[in-house]
Formats: sequence, structure tokens, C-alpha cells
Amino acid sequence: MAEKLNIDQIRADFPVLHQQVNKAPLVYFDNAATTQKPKAVMDALTAYYEQDNANIHRGIHTLAERATTSYELTRKKLAAFLNSPSTDQIIFTSGTTAGINLVAQTFGRANVGKGDQIIVSNLEHHSNIVPWQMIAEEKGAEIKVIPVSDEGVLDIEALKGLLNPKVKLVAVNHVSNAIGTINPIAEIISLAHAVGAKVLIDGAQSVAHLAVDVQALDLDFFVFSAHKLFGPTGVGVLYGKRVLLEAMPPYQGGGEMIKEVSFSGTTYNELPYKFEAGTPNIADVIAFGAALDYVQAIPAEALAAQEEALLAYATEKLQSIPGLKIVGTAPEKIAVISFVVDGVHPQDIGVLLDKFGIAIRTGHHCAQPLMQRYDLVGTCRASFSFYNTFEEIDRFVLCLEKTLQMLQ
Amino acid sequence: MGQAINDIQEELIEEFGLFEDWADKYEYLIDLGKKLAPMSDAYKTEENVIKGCQSRVWLHAEKQGDLVVFQADSEAIIVKGMISMLIRVLSNHTPAEILAADLYFIDQIGMSQHLAQTRSNGLVSMVKQMQHYALAFS
Repeated sequence: MAEKLNIDQIRADFPVLHQQVNKAPLVYFDNAATTQKPKAVMDALTAYYEQDNANIHRGIHTLAERATTSYELTRKKLAAFLNSPSTDQIIFTSGTTAGINLVAQTFGRANVGKGDQIIVSNLEHHSNIVPWQMIAEEKGAEIKVIPVSDEGVLDIEALKGLLNPKVKLVAVNHVSNAIGTINPIAEIISLAHAVGAKVLIDGAQSVAHLAVDVQALDLDFFVFSAHKLFGPTGVGVLYGKRVLLEAMPPYQGGGEMIKEVSFSGTTYNELPYKFEAGTPNIADVIAFGAALDYVQAIPAEALAAQEEALLAYATEKLQSIPGLKIVGTAPEKIAVISFVVDGVHPQDIGVLLDKFGIAIRTGHHCAQPLMQRYDLVGTCRASFSFYNTFEEIDRFVLCLEKTLQMLQ
Repeated sequence: MGQAINDIQEELIEEFGLFEDWADKYEYLIDLGKKLAPMSDAYKTEENVIKGCQSRVWLHAEKQGDLVVFQADSEAIIVKGMISMLIRVLSNHTPAEILAADLYFIDQIGMSQHLAQTRSNGLVSMVKQMQHYALAFS
């Protein structure tokens, strides 16, 4: 039996949770869009700006030294978090989308040619589709799609059929943002590697819930955003295998990413700086370090147990509502419930729940191909984090019932 | 002659003034949505669609004599309620009246959030489109 979390104590660390919205206590069930931030993150931001603010890497004065050390400390923490073999394989970006575009525009541009193929899945967020469509169009390559079952499970047999030596890259998410399915990435990676394809895993939705060991998984590229892992917005992480990152051409040109510049030619900096042109988001990277410390201090088993219990409880309660259908019932899923109700537009549900102080997400979740697959205009999505409570689920279900009475 | 635009707005403000509770207000809005005169399917064309991020709105306009007459519909009932009020206020007026209209009632009845969520519904674009039609018909 895993140790139980002290939820009251944890909630005290998240100032935003303690407020009234539309004269009702806030229930925040939009954690898949962005997680809330513990006070330690805000404190780190303030402390940085009040005490250490300086530009990093080039200054020789004390503040620059302090800022650089703190910034690089987050990189070290991330290397440990992902079990990366080295810190210089951790590249800071502005978010998951930026990381995917970086790989598409560098690895993709260098390695995808005419007649080649890129495989994505039917579960992807637009940000893991469009960058590949852009590079495929530019290069005359083809996009192939792993189909998804009615339950929301990827068809791995179909993937086996799609894989061939023309496939240069497989890009799939670790966890579906729209319906919460956990994809079998270890299997996908080994199948892709068997035909020589590289794999990019979009970890935006997984890092707050599942441990990722980039070496054990033999990952080529892994991308995610800090703001979905209790950190600030505007920071993302790209992990890449050294041999791939070293072979990739630089992405954006500018300061920091160079070794020497002259008008006869420029040489580029080493990893990771080759991919970090310009002054980075120093303050938020440092504050992200505080978020990593915070979440890693919570026993992982207890955290997972709390989220699993919330998912099971909410699933059971929602299933008892007449006309409600849960979209995405994969056996392996994180604490996300997407649902639709007969004869009711998801947007109407979201608008009225907000009047009750309840924040959920409605719409297509930037996964229109998945909505098309299920013939839906959108869904309502409640996504939980370990700081959510069973009482909040009770209120959510009660208010949802009231909402449906108003709408039906 | 029909009612002046501001008289209709005052009427709506009075109607919504009857409700103290947000839930009663929204039930009334939903009711207005349900009672919105159905839009002819012939007008639910790709050309008439105003895309919001979450729900679609269809808008058709035609000139009848000196007046502009609007028909509209949406997939979402709360948006439909808003549409119903916008049509009640703006339809059957001259282009000049429509172009001069200041839609203050929306704020007064506490529904401005539905016009602020620019990406999630097509209402802001719908109001703009109504004015474009008025301009085109003037």
C-alpha cells in the first residue's frame, strides 16, 4: 500500500486553488491544458528577479555567474529527471510545439527526402501533425497515420504494416491530450528502430503523470512543456540522442549558438547551445527547477495512486448520468475524462459549469483528426491532478447534472 | 414602423432585470435560444458560416424594402440565445440604424463574456458580419 498524500497540505502550496470563481469555490479540472503552480515556483521567480537578474553565460560579474549557475542547474535536474546520459542533450525551447518544430526543421529537413514517409497517429495534437505536414510538403514526403480504435487505443498491428525503410520518423504522443490514452511507446520505438526510423515522443501530457527514462526507452527525441509540469509557461524541453543532435544543422541563428562569427563564415557552438540562439527564458527556466524539486519531493507512487483513485471515482460517477458517453476508454489511461452528452453541445456545458466555478475544457482539444474519427464536434474534458479531491468531483458531478437539466 | 433599436435594448434589460440568480438568467437565455425562429436549411451554407473555435454560427441577411432582415443559427444553445437577442435588436432595421447601433444591452444584462471569448464562439464575428451586411445594403 502506497503512502497516502496529505492533500490539504499539498493544496496549501497552490495559492490559485483557494479562490471563488463566479461566487463559488474554484474547481480546477483543466490540468491537461496547464497545471497550477506551487508557491515555490513563484518564489523562485521573484527571488531571481529581486536578487540575481543578469544575462547568462557571457557576463563575468557575480550576478551573471549566479544566474548562469541557477539556469544550468535546471538543466542538470532535467537530465536526472529523464535519466539523460548528459546535461548537454537537454535543450531548452519555449514549449512542446517549439521542440517539435525544431526537430522537424533540422532533423526533418536533413533526413527526410522525396518519397520518404513520416508516421504520426490519429491521436495527435495538431502540434505533432502540422510541423510534419509542412516538412513533408516541402520535401515531397508522405504522412502516414496509425489508426485508433473506438476505445482510443492505437492499432500497433497497423503500425507494423506501415513501417518500411522509407519511414524516416515516427512521431506520436506518449499520452493523448484529448482522451488520456497512454500509448505503448516502448513497443513503438523498438518497432520503428527495427526499420531504421527515428522516433519523436511528445511527452506534453505524460511528464506530470508518468516517469520517463530516455535511456531505458532508447528514445531518439522527447519533448515537453514546463507549464504542464507545475512550472512556468514559455519553457519547453527537447531531449535528443547525442549522435542525432550533433548531426543536426542549427535551427535559429543568432547569439549564443555560435563559436566564431566572421563574414567569411561562422562556426557553431557545442550542444546544447547550438540550439539555444538568443537570450533564453532565464527566469522561467530557473523557476522550472523549483517545480521539478517540488514534484519530485512527492512520493511518485502516492501521486499515481491519488490520480488513479480520482479517475476511477469520477469515471464511475459520470457513467451514472443518463445520456453521457465517455470518449476514450483505453485500459491504460491517465486521469483525463473526455465525454459527450446526447443532444447537448459541449460548449454549453463548459459555459454553465464555469458559472458554477468549475473549469473544464471543451472543444476539439486541437485534435481535429481524432474528433473526425469519432464523428464529434468536440468533447468536454475534465483532467485531474494530484491536488484535486473527491469532494471536487462530487461538486463537479452535481453541477453537471444541474447544467444538463438547464440545457435539456 | 417597428421599435427603435434602443427601445428593444431597454426591453431586454428590463426582462433580464427580473432575475437575480445567474441560473435563472441563463435559463431564460437558453429559452430564447430554443425559441429562435428556425433558419431555413437552404441558408446553412458554407458561405454563411462564421467559424468559432468551438461552435459554428450561420448568418443570412436580405433586404426587404428599406430594412435588413437577418436569420441565424448555431450548434450551441447559449450562443443561439445570444443570436436570438441580436436578431431581435438589429433585424428589421435600416442599414443606417444598424450601423449606428451601440449594443449596450449585452453588457447591462451581464452577458459581455460571450462576446469577449473571441475564439470560442462566432458571436463577435457575427456582430461584425451583421454590420458588414448593413454597409453592403446601404
